[in-house]
Amino acid sequence: MELIQASFKQVSDAVKSKKISAVEVTKFFLARAEKLNPQLNAYIAFNTEAMAEAEVIDSKIQKGEAVGPLAGVSFGIKDLLCTRDLRTTAGSKILSNFIPPYDATVVTRLKNAGAVVLGKLNLDEFAMGSSNETSFYGPCRNPWNPEYVPGGSSGGSAAAQSARIAMGTIGTDTGGSIRQPSNFCGIVGIKPTYGRVSRYGIVAYASSLDQAGPMVSTVEDAALALEVICGHDPKDSTTSQQKVPEFSKNISNNVKGMKIGLLKEYQSGGIHEDTTETYQRAVNELKKAGAEIIEVSVPLTEFAVPMYYLIAASEASSNLARYDGVKYGYRSDFKDLASLSLEDFYSQTRGEGFGKEVKRRIMLGTYCLSSGYYDAYYNKACQVRRLLREQYLDVFKRCDVLLSPVTTTPAFKIGEKSSDPLKMYLNDIFTTSTNLAGLPGMSVPFGFSKQGLPIGVQLTATHFNEQSALNVASVLEAVSGVQERRPNVF
Amino acid sequence: MIDQKTIEHIAKLARLKVTADEAVEYGEQLTKVLAHFQQISKINTENIEPLVTPAEIEFYLRDDVAAPELKTEAMLKNAPDKAGNLFKVPPVV
Repeated sequence: MELIQASFKQVSDAVKSKKISAVEVTKFFLARAEKLNPQLNAYIAFNTEAMAEAEVIDSKIQKGEAVGPLAGVSFGIKDLLCTRDLRTTAGSKILSNFIPPYDATVVTRLKNAGAVVLGKLNLDEFAMGSSNETSFYGPCRNPWNPEYVPGGSSGGSAAAQSARIAMGTIGTDTGGSIRQPSNFCGIVGIKPTYGRVSRYGIVAYASSLDQAGPMVSTVEDAALALEVICGHDPKDSTTSQQKVPEFSKNISNNVKGMKIGLLKEYQSGGIHEDTTETYQRAVNELKKAGAEIIEVSVPLTEFAVPMYYLIAASEASSNLARYDGVKYGYRSDFKDLASLSLEDFYSQTRGEGFGKEVKRRIMLGTYCLSSGYYDAYYNKACQVRRLLREQYLDVFKRCDVLLSPVTTTPAFKIGEKSSDPLKMYLNDIFTTSTNLAGLPGMSVPFGFSKQGLPIGVQLTATHFNEQSALNVASVLEAVSGVQERRPNVF
Repeated sequence: MIDQKTIEHIAKLARLKVTADEAVEYGEQLTKVLAHFQQISKINTENIEPLVTPAEIEFYLRDDVAAPELKTEAMLKNAPDKAGNLFKVPPVV
């Protein structure tokens, strides 16, 4: 068994039947990660307890105790999810010394399933970015070409997965942060329905949009990891109590008669020719597999970027109020606390602790929520959001899954867009509406640009219907031919 | 146009110290971004309830019973400055 190619199930079965130990698997991926990380900057920190955690799995197996479906599988976790006794920075200076006293529910569930946490993965600061360039810990690089961004905000997760310096990774997606980097790095990423996965212990960016999900190598691994992390959590009252399907067992390659919708609005407007070519090929393959292709329209997607940034920035300005230098995190180096005003204490700590993009979004959000502007911006965006959701629900009466590009272009160069916020925001044009409507969405690798950068396609399904997206993804995966190609780091 | 006075006001509301250079930069950028975002104003939303939670979720309240949580010591471990079991801050009264 070649570890860098093996599926979660293969590794976990081998660990359970003692053909290989969890310690050996962990050692292999840690060594590989430590060797390749200096050129990628995908990991912010490694878990010094990883080997000890692997030993626990092995000793359970020795004693004949039950271990979960991810026994011995090495995971990298986006550094936005709290990990007990392991520093969690959110890519920010303001949390540069924060050691969580608890695990996020997603992390607890992975550990309960037998997974071993290798370390914490790079990201845009507080998940605010589309290129991983806003991280306080430096930009992460795309393994396919180190001059290019891996995407964001879960750039470290995508880079680590495509370089196989983790067997699987977890990302989060507020406006595309799982799907866009998956698309740029040639991996499979799924953002579940809002409410599927607990947000407990995940550093909040925009609470009505945030969801965590797997970023992995294959559709099968995505389905298995999803099964593990989904489900109601008493610690997050917005998690659904719906039963979690056995996604991995239910995967079907039969899409005969399935209705695939192509969004009229996502077929024009400066789409790169290689992206169009990949997308068209995906349409043809699904036709060949017996799916029925229909054109549909969600006119309000045209307004998704403004809606998204108005809502996300507003929620962020409120969520990030907690970073005040009092209970945890960075505090300015004040000489004399007694003669300081509380106001200056907060402002200076926050002014020094947050990076530029985060401050920009806090300012934008504060403005949108401030007296006199609330109705015109935040409230207006929430009203349009309801209309957008209704248009989507209408479309899903006529089709099962929507197919579209993930972004208008393949990965861009480091530094290319970072000086112009609006240009960077418009990068999210095809991904944000999924979060606004609370729908599940995924990115599946399907081709390459002429320059050799990966290109994926996006699948969107109706609420709680991740299975249909996974099934279509599985059909596309089988004919994509992309699995044979690997980034240069191998 | 978001002028410097507005930027200062917003920064104060957000408890953010911004430098003079940052204030100019943010003023220009927010003006540009909001001008672009203004386009949503043309959508008719009369009598439309704002949407916050996008999926159908049966809201859940747990039973009001005491359960073991983190110990005081664990909660205080990350405090930048403390006195006994208290967080230390500048005078507030």
